[in-house]
Amino acid sequence: MMLTPWGLKLINSAPLDQLWPRIRRSLSDRLFKQRTLLLLILLGPPLMWLGIVYLGSLFALLAQSLFYIDEFSGMVVHEFSLRTLRELFTATNVDIVARTVTMAGAVTVFAAVVAFPLAYYMARYSGPRVKALFYLAVMLPLWSSYLVRVYAWKLILAHEGIIRWTFEHLGMARVLDSILAIPVLGGPSLSVSYIGMFLVFLYIWLPFMILPIQASIERVPTSLLDASADLGAHPAQTFRRVILPLVFPGIVAGSIFTFSLTLGDYIIPGIIGSSRLFIGQAVYLHQGTAGNIPLAAAFSIVPIVIMAAYLTLARRLGAFDAL
Amino acid sequence: MRSKGGQRAPWSLKLAAVAVLLFLHLPLLLIIVYAFTTEDKSYQWPPPGLTLKWFSVAWHRADIWQAISLSLQVAVASTAIALLLGTLAAAAIYRSRFFGRETISLIIILPIALPGIITGIALRSAFNIAEIPFSYWTIVLGHATFCVVVVYNNVIARFRRTSANLVEASLDLGADGLQTFRYVVLPNIATALLAGGMLAFALSFDEVIVTTFTAGQQTTLPIWMLTELVRPRQRPVTNVVAVFVIAVTFIPILLAYYLTRDTVHVGGANK
Repeated sequence: MMLTPWGLKLINSAPLDQLWPRIRRSLSDRLFKQRTLLLLILLGPPLMWLGIVYLGSLFALLAQSLFYIDEFSGMVVHEFSLRTLRELFTATNVDIVARTVTMAGAVTVFAAVVAFPLAYYMARYSGPRVKALFYLAVMLPLWSSYLVRVYAWKLILAHEGIIRWTFEHLGMARVLDSILAIPVLGGPSLSVSYIGMFLVFLYIWLPFMILPIQASIERVPTSLLDASADLGAHPAQTFRRVILPLVFPGIVAGSIFTFSLTLGDYIIPGIIGSSRLFIGQAVYLHQGTAGNIPLAAAFSIVPIVIMAAYLTLARRLGAFDAL
Repeated sequence: MRSKGGQRAPWSLKLAAVAVLLFLHLPLLLIIVYAFTTEDKSYQWPPPGLTLKWFSVAWHRADIWQAISLSLQVAVASTAIALLLGTLAAAAIYRSRFFGRETISLIIILPIALPGIITGIALRSAFNIAEIPFSYWTIVLGHATFCVVVVYNNVIARFRRTSANLVEASLDLGADGLQTFRYVVLPNIATALLAGGMLAFALSFDEVIVTTFTAGQQTTLPIWMLTELVRPRQRPVTNVVAVFVIAVTFIPILLAYYLTRDTVHVGGANK
């Protein structure tokens, strides 16, 4: 290649600070052409963090469920054994799982029922401004402090708190007492009963149900509702035969959150409700005071398995398109 | 009933909607009232009297200030890490199709999809196995892990709405990668980053479940709250702190909302 005087001049006089942009340019070109390399550079750090640190810890934990505790020394025996996993199926532990799943199911069903009217109003009857306000009104509690909201319910449910006060002032203290007298569900006070715990769960996870339902109601074309009415359907029939089937994937989408969040929670059952254990508390106790990491790990598998099954079912019901 | 656009809602539906809104918001308002009560031995309703005393008591409590300071430091560091990792992941995932793409987006969502307690003890037992002592950084490590998804969600939503041609045009016009990032990509995703960062901050500032396992003896503000919840010492002081937390978390949430108004359904739809 022949160098013209002009070209020669350019090379000779190129100071160091012009070299750097050129290197950057050529690097950029290389990266743009070699997509795989760029992808690796981009994905490297997040994958190192989540794939290695996080997933690594997770598998290390779950693997420990294959170890067991020596009954005499209380030490973890690092030998492969299924006895810890088998321990999950003792009557006490099955009770814990059943109790948690029942609570998660109840919270989910009631959350859907309570969320529906608000979601429907938001989707069908509010203009853009009102809708934005409603949206914010649902988002604020969703994102605001979990502990503060649980704490608020400790105040509300207390024996000297506002619920009992309201019942007393309406002259209905007897009604509250008879609700609390219901075996199993009730208790000496709302704050130590399953009813109280249920209310707190419902309150805390409700926003997660409202948003997907609202989104899926918005996707139902109004013409379908008009057609149903024109063909002589009663509003209740339209609701049951037209709206509900179309909105159902949205309800399932919301239920993924309410169900899984209730399933793994250990703070609410520890603060409100009776002393009977939930899955999260069992995990907490076994890894903490009991020092039985294998059993804690085995208990951790339970919500993962339940949620995997739940998600498979939800995918079949088309919930992922409604998220 | 035909529900056309301008038609009015039946009163029963209106009533139910208002009732649900009240259910969502009255408890928070109630805490604010409780912060002024003169009663400090029980949660008596209605408050026997009102006072500002607890605000000054709380103000002079060193343990509260230390907890707030630790929580802020943790939130800043975790948000910074989450911004970096979340943006990188979003940039990698949004346009390319490659083997394992679905798996990677699952891994990013997993820390939030799994119950916090599982993430918590998994990290704790990993720290034990690796003999890492608990410190400020172990808390940050836990928080950053679940904050990444928030940034990722916001940024990837913005990428999807931004034309990829912009980047190619910039490169064609002779800009290098850094310049393209600085002058084309960054201005486009700036508000998404800000919104994601604020939500990550709020998430970290409030997190308690993972933190109980990764904090050792240190006390973040939520851990302080949890201790007070389990064993109340000075109830009205806790009320004051709760009001403070409500105020502190509401501000970033409102700001994040206004920054992503137009993408409302992707902004924070997936906590």
